[in-house]
Amino acid sequence: MHKLNEMKLSFDSRSVNEGFARVAVAAFAAQLDMTVDELGDIKTIVSEAVTNCIVHAYRDTIGTITVTCAVFAEGVVRVTVRDRGCGIADVKKAREPLYTGLGGDRSGLGFSVMESFSDRLTVRSRVGVGTTVTMEKIVRGKAR
Amino acid sequence: MPVTVHRKGETVAVCLKGDIDHHTVPALREAIDDAVSATPGAKTLVLDFSDVTFMDSSGVGLVMGRCRLCRPRGIALRVVNLSPRDARIMAMSGVRSIAELGERSQT
Ligand SMILES: Nc1ncnc2c1ncn2[C@@H]1O[C@H](COP(=O)(O)OP(=O)(O)O)[C@@H](O)[C@H]1O
Ligand SMILES: [Mg+2]
Repeated sequence: MHKLNEMKLSFDSRSVNEGFARVAVAAFAAQLDMTVDELGDIKTIVSEAVTNCIVHAYRDTIGTITVTCAVFAEGVVRVTVRDRGCGIADVKKAREPLYTGLGGDRSGLGFSVMESFSDRLTVRSRVGVGTTVTMEKIVRGKAR
Repeated sequence: MPVTVHRKGETVAVCLKGDIDHHTVPALREAIDDAVSATPGAKTLVLDFSDVTFMDSSGVGLVMGRCRLCRPRGIALRVVNLSPRDARIMAMSGVRSIAELGERSQT
């Protein structure tokens, strides 16, 4: 694939940054021709992944979240969301629909939503080291 | 995040405004639960998503949590005017089996 442009953001794992992150990534990704719906899908997946860093990875602390976004000439947006938090012991189980490691009002749907709204989702994680979620979305745009 | 509350007979309707995510959910939850508590004898809670500009799975958790609150009190829950994307996310949870969901009419 031919990379046209790439950006990187680092910010504190504070919940107020959930909105910042999805809007910032959407603003960057929008340089590719895409529909409002496709942009909405990207906002949703970023929101899910960043929220997981805040809620799970850095549960009792404030850490750094790093988000990258790359756009490709083939009409692909690739987003990575990385934390240096607690890590996930069993990624397969974590990705199961409705699975949540926390009770309360968490739905356990974050990974299902990320899968459903992207074309490819990979999760690399090590306990005590951190987690990187990579998502690719193919955008067809208004013209295509 | 601001909400507006309307009461009519035994129905309390809460209109949610803005983005629903993990950051905004606590204030929303409190506003909804306050509206329910302040309506003794309520039989139906309507959550109106007309003015919701964004929602992720935190919104599903919010709705499921309100289901758990309403059930033992004998209050029916209706979620109305979901955007197509929000309806798709809600549907993934199976919340449809415990609350009535309605989508926005296309304009
Ligand atoms: N970045 C992360 N660091 C540590 N654990 C995570 C991370 N992301 C997800 N998890 C684990 O995977 C589970 C499922 O995540 P998700 O599908 O988003 O559901 P929810 O966030 O509602 O629990 C979480 O409950 C948590 O245990
Ligand atoms: Mg989640």
